[in-house]
Amino acid sequence: METFFRSVGLKADRCKGCVSCIKRCPTEAIRIREGKAHIIESKCIDCGECIRVCPNQAKFAITNHLEDTDIYKYNIALPAPSLFSQFELKYSVEAILCGLLRLGFDDVYEVAKGAEIVAFKLKEYLRQDGVPKPVISNACPACVRLMQISYPELIPHLLPYEPPVEVAARIARTRALENNPLLQADDIGVWFIGPCPAKMTAVVHPLTEKSSNLNGVIAVSTIYGKLHKTIPRTDAEFAECDNRLGELARWGGVTWGVAGGESDSVDSPRGTGLIVHGIHHVKEMFEQLSDMKLTGVEHVEVLACESGCVGGALMVQNRFVGEHNLRTRIDAMKTDKNADRFSIDGKNLELMEMCESCAPVKIYQPVPIDENMSEALRKVEQMEQVLKQLPGLDCGSCGSPTCKVLAEDIIRGFAAETDCIFKLREKVRDMARAMVDLAEHLPPSFEKSEDKRDDC
Amino acid sequence: MSEPMKLEFQLEQDNFDFAGVPSSRIKKVLQQIGVKNEIIRRVAVASYEAEINVIIHSLGGSIKALIFPDRTELYLEDIGPGIPRVDLAMQEGFSTATDKIREKGFGAGMGLPNMKRCSDEFEISSEVDVGTKIKMIIFHNK
Repeated sequence: METFFRSVGLKADRCKGCVSCIKRCPTEAIRIREGKAHIIESKCIDCGECIRVCPNQAKFAITNHLEDTDIYKYNIALPAPSLFSQFELKYSVEAILCGLLRLGFDDVYEVAKGAEIVAFKLKEYLRQDGVPKPVISNACPACVRLMQISYPELIPHLLPYEPPVEVAARIARTRALENNPLLQADDIGVWFIGPCPAKMTAVVHPLTEKSSNLNGVIAVSTIYGKLHKTIPRTDAEFAECDNRLGELARWGGVTWGVAGGESDSVDSPRGTGLIVHGIHHVKEMFEQLSDMKLTGVEHVEVLACESGCVGGALMVQNRFVGEHNLRTRIDAMKTDKNADRFSIDGKNLELMEMCESCAPVKIYQPVPIDENMSEALRKVEQMEQVLKQLPGLDCGSCGSPTCKVLAEDIIRGFAAETDCIFKLREKVRDMARAMVDLAEHLPPSFEKSEDKRDDC
Repeated sequence: MSEPMKLEFQLEQDNFDFAGVPSSRIKKVLQQIGVKNEIIRRVAVASYEAEINVIIHSLGGSIKALIFPDRTELYLEDIGPGIPRVDLAMQEGFSTATDKIREKGFGAGMGLPNMKRCSDEFEISSEVDVGTKIKMIIFHNK
């Protein structure tokens, strides 16, 4: 059994043991035990739904702090395109990137530039013969993890290239080594600046057989306050970044920060692409795809967060505000003098092509209810019987998200029938009745005279 | 041989709301007992196509799944027009579905061929103006 790292943690003193998170979790991975939420790590996909829904802010994402960069000699910031959604249009992309440099990073490289390359490759891949259709995007690590855990039969449909963030990290690393001959590979720290708890897990516990090109993830919510202060406002402040910013990403990459962006960047013919966002919707779509209920679809863009990365769990701005900001920025880019969809350096494309074989993702077989199939079948029947006895209210008071899950937990030995407060009350009532009955039943020697039996 | 687990569902004519409910229930049980995903997928496709067929073409019927440790058996029974030429219906793309049904995205003439492709054993018998019976077996360890 492998050990799992999950990037969602719990501040136990804040958790009241309410049922908000267990009801919202798309993989039924949370139980309440001893008044606190517990994550079943093998089921968690780090989508961040529980962080979002917790009324007491007890759930948090385990991500890196700025201080963690201290151990490296040379640090590179990899801002997600969705980072730009947190700032109004009056702050240019140059200004935001310069702000990152002024925060102390030695270099910045936009993830959007990685997205341009993936988009370019995706466009080509969609035209190839014999490719399993529909092609499902792999940019969102929570969706990929959901597929690994619950829909492994769909894995052949995944785009078989590294996702944008890994491509960007590879290029940034290579570039840093080329430009700074004195640096060793171990001296470089590469940090994703984004809104995503799932990316953190993907770094520590990669989705593929290969290790990640990143060193960590710094959440937008962690860095936002400081970054807001370091964004240059004066010419002198801007001058600090002179000649330190490379060519900016074009709209075909930046647009990946919002739902529909990936599809827009490959310009898929009308009616052949689907855009699905929100993890519960993605789950429904995977269910449909798994039963082969869709025909004529070439490409499916899947994103765990509603509205895409602009709706990430670790953002600061409201997701509608973020979406508006980013879309407005992209519209402006489309009419700019640099309005090309992509601007891809052939050398960077080669770096990507070198890694075509590193994409196959690992598969987790779900744990059956029993190793022996006959025994498993018997237990499933038993589970049906237990379920019939439960009230079916799905109240969550037992600590399991639904009566159905409780029935499974009971059969798996993780819970008892009396964990159900309704069953418990029934039992207490039966016991009370039995006590009354017993109390009324007196030994013959105690019997009162009016109850005298005939034979006495 | 141990007793199979039995799941049975009634299907109503033109009630598309219910389409997919039996196949997801069957799928869930197979997942819980640890059947391989590729096999589950075949069972799910076979039963879903079967459900849709009954809903579209018949006056109503039922689908029954018997789940054994080594195999799943699917039994389909409907009352209705039956299939005059089973050999034609088994051809890919042959369809008698109305335009209304096709507008819903069904009726592509792949139902029966898909069901046959997904199962290890496939039997069909049909009587015009009476109904159709189908039996499908899918082995878990193939």
